[in-house]
Amino acid sequence: MSLDFNLGAFNDYFRNETFRDDFTYANSPAGIRRFPFPFDRDDYMYSVNMEPHVPGRKGSVFEHAFDVDEHYVSEMIDRAKVLASDPLRCQSLPHMTLAGWDLLELIMEAKARDYPQWFTLTKDGNRWHWINRPLGIDHHFTFLDDSTLPYGPFEYITRQTQGDFTLQDERDNDLWMDAGMVTSQADWSLDFDIGMSFMEWHAPVPLAHEKGIFDRALKFLLKLQHGAPVRRFNWTMTVNPLLDTAPETYPVWGPTKTSLTPENLGQKQHLRVELQALFRLPRSNAIAFSIRCYLGRFEELVTIPKWGRRLHRVIRDINPDVAAYKGFLRNRDAMVAWLAGYDDGAPTSPGFWPED
Amino acid sequence: MSGGAKLKVRVAEVVNVNDMIKRFRFVSLDGSPMPAFSGGAHTVVEMDDDGVRRLNPYSLMSDPEDRSAYEISVRRDDAGRGGSLFMHRHVTPGLQMEISYPVNLFPLDTRARKHLMIAGGIGITPFLAQIAQLTHFGGRFELHYAARSQALGAYMDRLTAAHPAQVHCYFDDQGQVIDLARVLSMQPIGTHLYVCGPKGMIAWVLSTATSLGWPEKALHHEEFLAPGTGMPFQVDLAATGKTITVGTNQSLLEAMEAAGVDAPYLCRGGACGQCETNVIACDGAILHRDHWLTADEHAAGRKIMPCVSRFEGKSLTIDR
Repeated sequence: MSLDFNLGAFNDYFRNETFRDDFTYANSPAGIRRFPFPFDRDDYMYSVNMEPHVPGRKGSVFEHAFDVDEHYVSEMIDRAKVLASDPLRCQSLPHMTLAGWDLLELIMEAKARDYPQWFTLTKDGNRWHWINRPLGIDHHFTFLDDSTLPYGPFEYITRQTQGDFTLQDERDNDLWMDAGMVTSQADWSLDFDIGMSFMEWHAPVPLAHEKGIFDRALKFLLKLQHGAPVRRFNWTMTVNPLLDTAPETYPVWGPTKTSLTPENLGQKQHLRVELQALFRLPRSNAIAFSIRCYLGRFEELVTIPKWGRRLHRVIRDINPDVAAYKGFLRNRDAMVAWLAGYDDGAPTSPGFWPED
Repeated sequence: MSGGAKLKVRVAEVVNVNDMIKRFRFVSLDGSPMPAFSGGAHTVVEMDDDGVRRLNPYSLMSDPEDRSAYEISVRRDDAGRGGSLFMHRHVTPGLQMEISYPVNLFPLDTRARKHLMIAGGIGITPFLAQIAQLTHFGGRFELHYAARSQALGAYMDRLTAAHPAQVHCYFDDQGQVIDLARVLSMQPIGTHLYVCGPKGMIAWVLSTATSLGWPEKALHHEEFLAPGTGMPFQVDLAATGKTITVGTNQSLLEAMEAAGVDAPYLCRGGACGQCETNVIACDGAILHRDHWLTADEHAAGRKIMPCVSRFEGKSLTIDR
């Protein structure tokens, strides 16, 4: 058994595009309208901003627990390329195998329920049959038996699921990042962070520690219940639609930050939004953290007038420490100058939906 | 809503295990599989005791991979506030109930080379689920289980039949005592110790292990406190502007709920920390009964755990 994709799957819905080299990634007009614009007001500061991860507005990225969108097939091809060049982007410590099965079950059940046209899961006791039509996968395996899959359960399912994943073991009143699949990250390294505690892997974040945000977030997460997942947003900026902005490859992509000009900024600069969700896993008592990356080109975002106005104001007024940590301080003024052309000073309505 | 996600269930079976203990089997109301869980988890069972709402935590004892039902065992406490009596007297097959999703405050450390379990009486229940889970997924364990008498040694037969080499039983009425120092001295490095049972037993096991040099992080225990009874007292709730009276057989949390205040909770046994509430003014003594707050926090008196703790004095105002 292998996990080679058997594509015949680029159809009208799934886009055939790249996140490297010629960067053909783009959002369709419908994709722009469902972009998870992260700012619900005209300014930004860190907050825990957690809410229940319950089904949201139809057609939005919140409609289902694991959003499958028009970029699915191309993202999975990109992940396979990253893993081929650096296998350490996926690691799972030995005691996390059961948590991997928990996650596999969670994702397969959710996708088969929410997208029956693409995914089918049939169970006969622990003998499972999984069909992933977009990637051309049709596998029979035994649930909880590692020897029946071509990879460990965690790697197997996250090679078929958009977004990065980490698995946190809970012990000693703390969370420990003991497994991860990380190929679409905003400049952090699984190989560096694996095995760290919650405070250790959050240590580099400025300002939030002083506000006690991580103390409260850890306390909150230790009480996260199975059946009651939560979500939050995070965001940053990325030049070019590059999913894999890894510290390991910074020499390759870091210098592209110097390539922006007033002429190409709207085309090259992307707002990078992470929809993060946290799930308590049943058998392992671990916590799965999904970090789903959405990339929106500035030119695409300003087609929504409200978002053009608001993005200008947020970036113009942001705390420089936050801009530095997110890695766009050197281009902040250029972004503000470009975005000013889309801000007529009109008031914006509360909330992040495009039409409200 | 406070208390997290709930499951609607029907009582499928009630079994007399012995003179003191009944076992209850819950199946989902709509016939769907129950969620899998991790060994050591508990559920909070909601009871409607003639208009009084009772919520008691009980460890799940069934096989976590058996998705057809959950099972708990309830020891009758004739001197208690009534939750276990209600379960024994009024919960019969067919009754519809609400229970919480499983919450685990007593998980196995899956890195352990070996799991050493010490159970006293009804404290056996979380270990039954943990042993089932270890049997599925691998993992060495050794269980030492003490009961008052052979007749009260619930589930000893099935445990010794399934795991004759790993299970050791002791009976108080025969003068048998766990030779704890010897058991602890025979364990391989990397062993984790788990104890669940009466308060005195937990203290004895933890202090013995500590004095023998066991690392603190290899020691795990679970003890649910019953809220306990006490003198009635009055509390001002600053956030909701209400003044409530907590009755003799009622906890502060229950009194708030009875007054329509949606206060947070999970375990209702002083262990999880969810109901932690700030004290705004206190003229008197808070009777702390939880094991969530630190000794310093108990002494400072600026926080209270309404699920188990009480008050004596002139006035108490809390931020709820």
